[in-house]
Amino acid sequence: MQISMAVNGDEVTREIEPRVLLVHFIRENLGLTGTHWGCDTSNCGTCVVLMDGQPVKSCTVLAAMADGHDIRTVEGLAVGGTLDPVQQGFMEEHGLQCGFCTPGMMLTARALLDRKPHPDDAEIRQAISGQICRCTGYATIVRSVQWAAAHPPGWDTETDAGTDDGGAAGTTAEEVTA
Amino acid sequence: MTTVQEHAPNPAAGDPGRPIGFGRLQRKEDPRFVRGKGNYLDDIVLPGMLHGAILRAPVAHARLVSIDTSEALAHPGVRAVITGKDLQALNLAWAPTLSADVQAVLVTDKVRFQGQEVAFVVAEDRYAARDALELIDVEYDMLPPVIDARHALDADAPVIRDDIEGRTDNRIFDWEIGDAAETEAVFAAADVVLTQEVVYPRVHPAPMETCGAVADFDPIDGRLTLYETTQAPHAHRTLYAIVAGIPEHKIRIVSPDIGGGFGNKVGIYPGYVLAVVGSIVTGKPVKWVEDRSENLMSTSFARDYIMQGEIAATKEGKILAVRTSVLADHGAFNATAQPTKTPAGFFSIFTGSYDLKAAYCKVTGVYTNKAPGGVAYACSFRVTEAVYLVERMVDILARKLEMDPAELRLKNFIKPEQFPYANKTGWVYDSGNYEPAMRLSMHMAGYEDLRREQREKRERGELMGIGVSFFTETVGAGPRKHFDIVGLGMADGAELRVHPTGKAVVRISVQSQGQGHETTFAQIVAEELGIPPESIDVVHGDTDQTPFGLGTYGSRSTPVSGGAVALVARKVRDKARFIAAAMLETRPEDLEWEKGRWFVKGDPSAGKTIAEIAFGAHGTVALPDGIDGNLDAEVTYDPPNLTFPFGAYICVVDVDAGTGHVKVRRFIAVDDCGTRINPMIIEGQVHGGLTDGVGMALMEIIAFDEDGNCLSGSFMDYLIPTAMEVPDWETGFTVTPSPHHPIGAKGIGESATVGSPPAIVNAIVDALAPYGVTHMDMPCTPARVWEAMQGRARPPV
Ligand code: FES
Ligand code: FES
Repeated sequence: MQISMAVNGDEVTREIEPRVLLVHFIRENLGLTGTHWGCDTSNCGTCVVLMDGQPVKSCTVLAAMADGHDIRTVEGLAVGGTLDPVQQGFMEEHGLQCGFCTPGMMLTARALLDRKPHPDDAEIRQAISGQICRCTGYATIVRSVQWAAAHPPGWDTETDAGTDDGGAAGTTAEEVTA
Repeated sequence: MTTVQEHAPNPAAGDPGRPIGFGRLQRKEDPRFVRGKGNYLDDIVLPGMLHGAILRAPVAHARLVSIDTSEALAHPGVRAVITGKDLQALNLAWAPTLSADVQAVLVTDKVRFQGQEVAFVVAEDRYAARDALELIDVEYDMLPPVIDARHALDADAPVIRDDIEGRTDNRIFDWEIGDAAETEAVFAAADVVLTQEVVYPRVHPAPMETCGAVADFDPIDGRLTLYETTQAPHAHRTLYAIVAGIPEHKIRIVSPDIGGGFGNKVGIYPGYVLAVVGSIVTGKPVKWVEDRSENLMSTSFARDYIMQGEIAATKEGKILAVRTSVLADHGAFNATAQPTKTPAGFFSIFTGSYDLKAAYCKVTGVYTNKAPGGVAYACSFRVTEAVYLVERMVDILARKLEMDPAELRLKNFIKPEQFPYANKTGWVYDSGNYEPAMRLSMHMAGYEDLRREQREKRERGELMGIGVSFFTETVGAGPRKHFDIVGLGMADGAELRVHPTGKAVVRISVQSQGQGHETTFAQIVAEELGIPPESIDVVHGDTDQTPFGLGTYGSRSTPVSGGAVALVARKVRDKARFIAAAMLETRPEDLEWEKGRWFVKGDPSAGKTIAEIAFGAHGTVALPDGIDGNLDAEVTYDPPNLTFPFGAYICVVDVDAGTGHVKVRRFIAVDDCGTRINPMIIEGQVHGGLTDGVGMALMEIIAFDEDGNCLSGSFMDYLIPTAMEVPDWETGFTVTPSPHHPIGAKGIGESATVGSPPAIVNAIVDALAPYGVTHMDMPCTPARVWEAMQGRARPPV
C-alpha cells in the first residue's frame, strides 16, 4: 500500500507492506535511525516520536496509521542547525549516558514543555514514566528538562549568553551544587 | 535537589586556575547522541545485507528428535536455514565459553534451557526471516528439567550435560577460600553466632539496546568484519580466531555505539556466531539483532546465588568472623566471564569493610536447565553478592545485639592506619578511610533526626525504615600474574600520538557503553600533557584501530585502561623533554614541567609548549640520540593490584502496611573512588547504579515455573524502575586515592549497584521490625512484604 506523511517537515510517500510498524518505517524506509526500539511489548519508550505534536510509541503504531499525519523525530528537534533547548539541556545536565533512550526522552520532554513551559519535577517524572532509562537514574533527566524550561527557544540570542554557568563544551568548571 | 558535597580535599581539583584536565566537563560524545546521530548496531546497513532470526526452544529440557526446514526454505525471501547438523559439518556446533566450558551454538542433541537456539534463518528482510521461523517443524522428546538449584545435586537429578564425557552429575565446581579450621575455632568461642539463608535472585542487566551483530565475510581475502554489541572487542577477536579458525589478523571486530551493557555484552552469544556462519554461507553481510524476549530469556543473567551466611561476634558487638557456603546456579552451560582461577569471581571479598579474625567460604557451582551466563548487571565479578551477604549479616547482628546498625559498622571498620590491609581471604585492600565516609552519609541524611522521626511514626503505627550499608569493592582486574580470562592476561594497552600541530589521538583497548570514555580518557591526557580535551580524539571499539586489551567490565576501565592512558601520556611528556631540550639548546635536566610546556628552570619565559615540541619532533630539529622524529608512545599497563573503592549508603523507605508497597523516600550515597576525573560522569554512574539497586531490591527477578518456563521474558513481567519509583538521589564523596594507580583513581561503574541493594533491603527489614521480621529475600514486592507481615506481631498502635 502507499502512504504519505510529513516527517520533520518533509512530505514522504512510500510503498509499504500494510503490517510495517512505524518504528521500522522511520528507521528502515526513511533511514532515520535516531528513533530506537528496545522491547516487544510497548514498555520501554525508546521508540517515542511525536505524531501531531503528541508523543507516541512508534512500535505500537502501524506506519499505515500515520498516513496523513505529521511526524517529528529526534532528527527534527534542532531547527536550522540550532539545538532545541531540550537537546542543550541534556548535554548541560548529563541527561544521557549510552544515549539509547535519549531521543524518546527528549521528544516527550519537548511535548511536555510545549504544553506546560514550567513543569515541576513531579510532572516531568510523570511525563517520562512510560519510558525506561537503564543508565541515568532519571534525576539528571529531570534536571535536563528543567534546564530546557529555564532556557526557552531563543534564550541564547535574546539574552546574554555569557551569563550561562553550565560549563560549555571545552571548558571546565568546579563541581557544582545543583 | 541533590547536594554534592566535598568532604576531603580532592587533589584532582586542587588548582582552580588550572586550564584543563580533571573536573566537570560536558561529554564529547553527547553532540551526536542528542541529534540522533549515534551509530548503534541496528543502525548499521551494508550493501546487500540479509537478516537473520533464531528459532528458539519452547521447552527447558528435551531431546531433539527431528527438524524439518523445507517449508521455511521455500518461503519467499529466505536465503538459508541453518541447523545444528549443518554446524556439526563445519565443526561449529559447539563454541568454547569464557569459563572453559562449551556451549551449543545450535542444538544438536538436546535442548538444555527454554529459549535455546535451535535453527537460524537468513532472509532478505527481518519480517520474512521471522515469518519463516513459524514454518520450521521441530519434534522434541520431553525430559524432566532441573530448575531448583537446591535439587541439582540430588542422586536422581537428570544429568544435564551428558554431552561431556564421563559426567554423572550436575556439579560444575567446588571452590573454597579462607581457613576453615581457624574460622571454626573463632565461631566455637564466640558469644554470638547468627545464621541466615540469603538468596540473591537471578536478575538480568537488560540494557535498553539488545544484543546483535552484523557479520561481513569477504570470501576473496578471507577477511571477517564483525560489528557486534560487545564490551570486549579484542578478547572476542581472539576467541573467534580460536573457534572459527579464521586467522586473527583477518578478523576485525567493531563495537559501535553501545546502548548500555552492564555486563550483558561481555560474552559471545550463539547469535553472533550464527551471523558469521550466515555470512559465510550466503556470501552476503548478515545482521542479527535479538528482540527483548530473546535478550531476557537467553543472554547472560546475573547473580542466582543461594548463600548460607554465618556471623560470629562478641556480645559487645565486635565482629570476629564470617563464614558462608554458597550454591551457585550457572544455568545449562558454564559461560560466566570470570578470571580463570576464581570460579566464584571476587566473591571472597565477602569479608566486607571489617577487621576480622577469620573468614571462610565454600562455593558450589551447579548446572540447571536455565539460560547460561552469570556475569552481568554491573557484573562486578560477584562483588555484588558478597557485599549483599555481609551487609545483611551485619544488620542481622545489629538487631540481635540491639545496637544501631551504623554504630555497629563504625565500631568494626578497618582503621585507616591498617591499610594496605590484608584480609582473611587473600585480598590486599589498597587504601581506605571508612569512618569519614560513614559519618558524612549520616550527616547528609540527618541520621539522628531520621531515627527520631521513625520512633514517632512507629508510635502511630506507621512503617518507616532506615537502612545502612557500607561496601568495599575489589575492581580493576587485574595483575596478569593472578588474573586471566581464557588465558588472556587482564592488562590493557594505550597508544598516544601528538600530531605536528599539537592535536592528539589516544587509542584505548576498552570500550564505552555509555560511561563517557571519549571524555574521561581525553581528560586524563589533558591533565598529563596540557592539551585541551577537545583537541584529543579518543578511539575505541575497533580492533583494527586500537591496541590489545581485555575491555570494559568489572569497573576496570579507569583502574586499568585509565592507568595505561596516564602512563602513555607521561611517556610522551618524557620524550617531549628531550626534544624541548634540543630545541632550547639546553640539557633535559635543566627543564621544568608545567602543564602544557617544558621551560628552563629559573627562566619561565624560555620554554616550549607541547604543540611546539610536536612540530619540532616532526620538523627539522636536530634530535638527540635515541629520540625518533615523532611525539608518539604506547604502553600496556599491568596493574600491580586491584583497587578497592568504598562507600556508605543510607536509604529511607516508607512501607504501606495495608498493601506492602515500599516507597524509597530518600537515598544518600557517599562514594570514594579515589581521584575523581569528571565529577559529573561519576555522579551519573552512581545514579544509574542506585536505580539498578532499587530494581533488584524491589522488582527485578528472572523467575521460572517448575517446568522451566521463563516467567520474566518481557518488560511486562521483568520490571525495571521508571522515574516514578526512584527518588532524587543525594550524593556525596570522600577522596582516598589508590596508592598504586598512576592517577590514584579506583573506578566507580559498579559501586552503587553493589552498595544499594543491601541498604534498601536493610531499610525494609528495619521498617518491618515491629512485626519481628529479621530478613526478607529480594525482590521485596508488595506481595512479599505484605506476606511477611501476616501472622506476625502487629505494630503497637
Ligand atoms: S520499542 Fe519499546 S515501547 Fe516501543
Ligand atoms: S542513557 Fe542509556 S538508557 Fe538512557
